[in-house]
Amino acid sequence: MADRHPAPDTPELRARWGQFDWSADNAVLAKAIIARYPAGRQRSAVMPLLDLAQRQVGAAEQTQGWLPLPVIEFVARTLAMPVIRVLEVATFYTMYNIAPVGRFHVQVCGTTPCQLRGSDDIMAACKARGLHVGHTTGDGLFTLTEVECMGNCASAPMVQINDDNYEDLSAESITHILDELAAGRQPKTGSQAPGRHTVEPLGGPTTLRAMVSENHDYRGEW
Amino acid sequence: MPKLKVDGIELEVPAGATVLQACELAGKEIPRFCYHERLSIAGNCRMCLVEVKPGPPKPQASCALPAAEGQEIRTDSAMVKAAREGVMEFLLINHPLDCPICDQGGECDLQDQSVAYGRGASRYREAKRAVTQKTMGPLIKTVMTRCIHCTRCVRFSEEVAGVDEIGALYRGEAMQIATYLEAAATHELSANVIDLCPVGALTSRPYAFEARPWELTKTLGIDVSDAIGANIRLDSRGREVLRILPRVNDDVNEEWLADRARYLVDGLTRRRLDRPWLRVDGTLQPATWAEALAALGGTNPGASLGVIAGDLVDAETLFAAKALAQALGSTLLEGRQTGLAYDTTNLAAVAFNSTLAGIETADAILIYGSHVRDEAPLLNPRLRKAVKRGAKVYLIGPWWDPTYPALHLGDDAGVIHALPDAVVSVFAQAARPAIIIGGGALAKGGLAAGLGFAAKFNLVRDGWNGFNVLHFAAARMAGLMLGYAQAGGIADIVAAAPRVVISLGADEVDWTRFAGSLIVHIGHHGDKAAHQADVILPAAAFSEKDGTYVNTEGRVQYAEKAVFAPGDAREDWTILRALADAWGVSIGFDSFAELRAAMIAAVPALGVEGLVDYGPLPAAPVGARAGGVIGYAVKDRYLTNAISRASPTLQRCSAELIHGQAPAEAAE
Repeated sequence: MADRHPAPDTPELRARWGQFDWSADNAVLAKAIIARYPAGRQRSAVMPLLDLAQRQVGAAEQTQGWLPLPVIEFVARTLAMPVIRVLEVATFYTMYNIAPVGRFHVQVCGTTPCQLRGSDDIMAACKARGLHVGHTTGDGLFTLTEVECMGNCASAPMVQINDDNYEDLSAESITHILDELAAGRQPKTGSQAPGRHTVEPLGGPTTLRAMVSENHDYRGEW
Repeated sequence: MPKLKVDGIELEVPAGATVLQACELAGKEIPRFCYHERLSIAGNCRMCLVEVKPGPPKPQASCALPAAEGQEIRTDSAMVKAAREGVMEFLLINHPLDCPICDQGGECDLQDQSVAYGRGASRYREAKRAVTQKTMGPLIKTVMTRCIHCTRCVRFSEEVAGVDEIGALYRGEAMQIATYLEAAATHELSANVIDLCPVGALTSRPYAFEARPWELTKTLGIDVSDAIGANIRLDSRGREVLRILPRVNDDVNEEWLADRARYLVDGLTRRRLDRPWLRVDGTLQPATWAEALAALGGTNPGASLGVIAGDLVDAETLFAAKALAQALGSTLLEGRQTGLAYDTTNLAAVAFNSTLAGIETADAILIYGSHVRDEAPLLNPRLRKAVKRGAKVYLIGPWWDPTYPALHLGDDAGVIHALPDAVVSVFAQAARPAIIIGGGALAKGGLAAGLGFAAKFNLVRDGWNGFNVLHFAAARMAGLMLGYAQAGGIADIVAAAPRVVISLGADEVDWTRFAGSLIVHIGHHGDKAAHQADVILPAAAFSEKDGTYVNTEGRVQYAEKAVFAPGDAREDWTILRALADAWGVSIGFDSFAELRAAMIAAVPALGVEGLVDYGPLPAAPVGARAGGVIGYAVKDRYLTNAISRASPTLQRCSAELIHGQAPAEAAE
């Protein structure tokens, strides 16, 4: 995280993004987002607008999207707020990419529960497939980032790739997912453990078993 | 009015006070880094932890906790001691141990508080965080590795200065204070963040590695760079003033100081007049005092003497020159160098009557021909506070960005006679309406028009006087009190064509109009007037003499002498005393004490520190009309007087921040 830096403000960056404006669809969306907030509080729309801008940049670049400085300035102008305040928001939240990323932004969770459940193996599998933390692969497909807890501890280890979570991973399943994505197919999202749908216990319920098929009143058994 | 107990001391605190303020009222010192009386509460340094009952069984940040009825606060318990030690240890984890090469050393909150509240030794063995160097312009030197993330600078620039220049990027341990794209901080009060910074992250760039605080002699002074009269402290070593810092005075400058006042200090040692000069055959030649006075002795002007006072002189100098002119039979005194000729028969009509603190309570303000940010940078935060309380501000004169919402009514001074109905109704309904008349309006007949405005909207009412004139020259009010005003302004003196004209550091005068006169320049800098002078008598700058100053409110303040004038330069009054001898007249004093006594005898108000009562406003002149496009006097807010024009730092500010020159490389 300490290595995050905005992409440098170069003439090329200005030339590419200086004229950034909402697409027709996003203009409507941006208007609707700003309208959610009461008069005088339009600045509150900064986070959804940054997200919208990031997605629009992503659509233009065929990547997950990021926020070049001219686009950050555009959002600031849209909301009539100082650029530094928008930059503060954009640099605070790691969900905003402030430097270019690949088509798939692979965010591997390395926090304790995931680590105990084998996130090191996931990271090693990513590396074996040519991904390096903080870098985009040569074909522009994958950017690997190690992140802190994503709140999927019950189905650790997990990675987030763009808007989807992949959970209960193993080295094989993450390699398969990356292969499928590289081939242009959409792998199964969510838990990769066979037979598991959400975060229910593996091998069936361990508590409240009498309630699996029908409602059961436990009160008499206390 | 909650009643509570601090360390067993029972006391009653004002409603709305915080626990930290309650502890201070009880005489307990609470260590803090992020909390500052004049900024919003952030609560992020955690240094002010205290134990509060009732409440959760853990230490609480006292700066952000409201004081409540029946609280029992402990600042001396084991829990508090452990909490402070813990916070201090965490703050020091990422703080470099570079105190020996840090300019904050010796006046550093972190140093002091780690001695007082920290553990004796460090247990930290891991690597420390390092932060890439940041640029904040020619005034602020940054060593961001030292930053402890208190965000005082961010809050200052947003809340007091009103410009969002500085921000906190990234998060947590990686948080960094920076300006957008490392742009220079351009606000006219930007250097105050140096005082606010509790560590050595933001220090003064021109003062870098100059001195240690314990080497400095501290002298109380008054700033002369504008008519606000900010209270300052001159820190000197040997014969040189090394830096200027603001003093706290809630009535005048709170605790801020304009950049141009803080950094004119290096102009005090440059381009100085340190010996007399005589014009011989068209060129200035160095001379001795004896030669200069002998040459002047042969040109006794008698009553044909004019005195033109500059913007920086003290009341004693003005009085001594007046006494000399009177002894010779002349009354040709003028201080309004640029030719203003407003009516000064009633000084209430040319003073800032609301007072600087009082203007905060105004609810409708008309700024009439004043670029407040250039002419009185310290007034603008006051106006911001008024706007935050709901005041409406209107502006006549070319538009400038006030940093708060203000409605521009037009560039022409005549607009005041034809205000839009909406504005009229705002002022008619306001409880505390005010007008601020600046030099731009005074030049276009704005004083009479402003008095008309005051009468129309009843600006003077019970407990409120909303009629204000904002001067720019530090010497203006004292000059007017001592009679430095001709009915027709400086044009009257030109018309009288005196044989001798004395310039008291009058660098803004168009001296070509005095081609037939002998120009005697009593000044401290080789600036504009010195080039035109026939005789130059080197004098003392404001830091080199005791003096009385009256600010635009009519507040009498005394400044003390910090260092001696360089070379052969003398204090101004001694020069005038010597001139009296050269011209064979008696002016009635032989020492500074006698001079001051004579001055106070002549104008008793100058002997009382504080606001002068100028009496009621005069009636508005009937049928007076203002007109003409307003122009502001200050063309370059960094180079406004002889001292600042000699200052390399302010020249650099002007070049980089106003004229857009590429930044020079850092000196170190």
